[in-house]
Amino acid sequence: MKLLEYQAKAILCEAGLPVPKSELVTSPDQVESALEKLGITVGVIKAQVYTGGRGKAGGVKLFKSVEEAKQMAEEIIGMTLVTHQTGPAGVKVESVILEEASDIARELYVAFLVDRSRSSVAAMISPEGGMDIETVASETPEKILKIYPQVGSPVSAEACKKASDFLSLEGDLADQLADVLNRMFDVFQAKDCSLLEINPLVVTGDNKLALVDCKFAIDENALFRQKDVDGDPNAEKSDAEIEAAKYDMSYIQLDGNIGCMVNGAGLAMATMDIILTKGAQPANFLDVGGSATEEAITKAFNIITSDSNVKAILVNIFGGIMKCDIIANGVLNAVKTTGLKVPLVVRLEGTNVKQGREIIENSGLEITFAENMADGAEKAAAAIQ
Amino acid sequence: MSILVNKDSKVICQGITGKAGLFHTIQCRDYGTNIVGGVTPKKGGTTVEGFPVFNSCKEIVAETGADTTMIFVPPPFTGGAIIEAAEAGIKIIVAITEGVPVMDMIKVKKALEGMDVILCGPNCPGLVTPGEAKVGIAPGFIHQRGKIGVLSRSGTLTYEAVYQTTKNGLGQTSAVGIGGDSIHGLTHTDVVKMYNEDPETEGIILIGEIGGSEEEEAAAYIKENVDKPVAAFIAGATAPKGKRMGHAGAIIEGNSGTAASKIQALKDAGVVIAPTAAEIGEKMLEAISLKK
Repeated sequence: MKLLEYQAKAILCEAGLPVPKSELVTSPDQVESALEKLGITVGVIKAQVYTGGRGKAGGVKLFKSVEEAKQMAEEIIGMTLVTHQTGPAGVKVESVILEEASDIARELYVAFLVDRSRSSVAAMISPEGGMDIETVASETPEKILKIYPQVGSPVSAEACKKASDFLSLEGDLADQLADVLNRMFDVFQAKDCSLLEINPLVVTGDNKLALVDCKFAIDENALFRQKDVDGDPNAEKSDAEIEAAKYDMSYIQLDGNIGCMVNGAGLAMATMDIILTKGAQPANFLDVGGSATEEAITKAFNIITSDSNVKAILVNIFGGIMKCDIIANGVLNAVKTTGLKVPLVVRLEGTNVKQGREIIENSGLEITFAENMADGAEKAAAAIQ
Repeated sequence: MSILVNKDSKVICQGITGKAGLFHTIQCRDYGTNIVGGVTPKKGGTTVEGFPVFNSCKEIVAETGADTTMIFVPPPFTGGAIIEAAEAGIKIIVAITEGVPVMDMIKVKKALEGMDVILCGPNCPGLVTPGEAKVGIAPGFIHQRGKIGVLSRSGTLTYEAVYQTTKNGLGQTSAVGIGGDSIHGLTHTDVVKMYNEDPETEGIILIGEIGGSEEEEAAAYIKENVDKPVAAFIAGATAPKGKRMGHAGAIIEGNSGTAASKIQALKDAGVVIAPTAAEIGEKMLEAISLKK
């Protein structure tokens, strides 16, 4: 679950980290009182969206008076931001923050994340703040320092020293950095973060550190114990994705026209891949899981058919725990209520395959059977020719 | 021979009184696995479907000599259950549970450092040694004892590979599902190494997917150390960047973890690549004939 900047900064501020003062505003009439509360007339207005690249797209601006701030709020709230990450549809801005401007002497980068290959937390540190870290990593990897703090212990004094040396921070600034690293690491663990990135971490003209912008993501598996975190687990998800999740199914919409219903994440990906090798495109990823009920299967089928791009459907099931007869009944229930408007190809294998096939054969519906997944993909691709 | 489990393994289930735990423990017993009981805190001393229930791993190990466990407890308790099993002296821990927090797994891995224990999973289908033992949720009937070692991050793709090698007569020595989470126990490299050292295993099927770099690491190991024929399939060539494809670990982050990078590394190691999941069995036969 990603947090918006204002949600993340509230957590960071509470943890004692140096975050610039800001106020959230959802309509231009709130600007004046927010600025009064902050005691500023000059500052930065920032669109609250989940995507990166908002500055370039016009979602971040400097204002020099209350009037200007109002005007900018008018422009930004309600606008559609199109960035390199959003695709052409863009995202609508619902709110902005007004923030005191930082006097920027240097821009640094600090992030905590999970290092898969080491099964540990890693901190990435770079003097190249304000840049896209992937670009830094590919073009000047020597400008990134990685340290590996131990979960349950503070970031070691040695690691902090290494980091401040790497960033050429001395004296009080080195102490401030050690404090920032430790508090960030505490937040990372306490909030079950998958990513906590500060970019830029600013050194101000009077030698203070300030966390000016951040990305904050929480491990979805840990949401059960992070219920007090202010965030929307369904943000950035389509209605279909949310609906599928209610039934413990995983759905992702794609651009193609062959709808897929599969059990297991690996097989679902492999089904998308094989469709492509037959010259067609998958319309979705859908893993119905290992223990879906007939009702869930019916729901899944309806989600697929509600996508108007879908011109054919491929059901690919390898029944292990999942029984083929449950799949067959679930699909038939869906077809009975909504009708079958596009060709349906079914490949069933594994547990109760005979019963599953019989149920479909006896239904009298025009359903094409496939012998294996290659045959299924081929038949589905042929059906849309 | 085989790897990890066999007819002599003394297997328990942690979470045996839960619906999934009990269902699969019965399935495993029906397959022929030597199930010696289960653990559910506060239900010690009772029995369920003929299985004796104990309060703790320590008690069941002392009483039965259990050496293998499969874990079905809910995600908030899985990390603790793994550590409990390891501290009780259980040697093979198979964590089936899906949805374990990453931070818990980082702590588990730290706790298990230096201990003589093997963790498989979490979020995995488990282990099968055909004709001897099944520990986990794989459908037993598709397996056939033979000469191929199968390993995979995905449950249903394991079944696909197993079934294809059953149909073409190769059969399996063991099948290992290492799980779809980003932080987990046994890696591709660990299992490839075990199959490489197992005299009964004559060929290896490796099934990977997008996310992380374990397949690349396994490819490097194969290049240096493995003479047995290896066939591989990597799922997710068409997956969009930045989206989690069902498995918590199946995500392309930036430019890393792509299917193309994994396929290239495996090809460079002399592994025969199955272009689709329908051709895994076929490509294993091809890899074997190329080595002759």
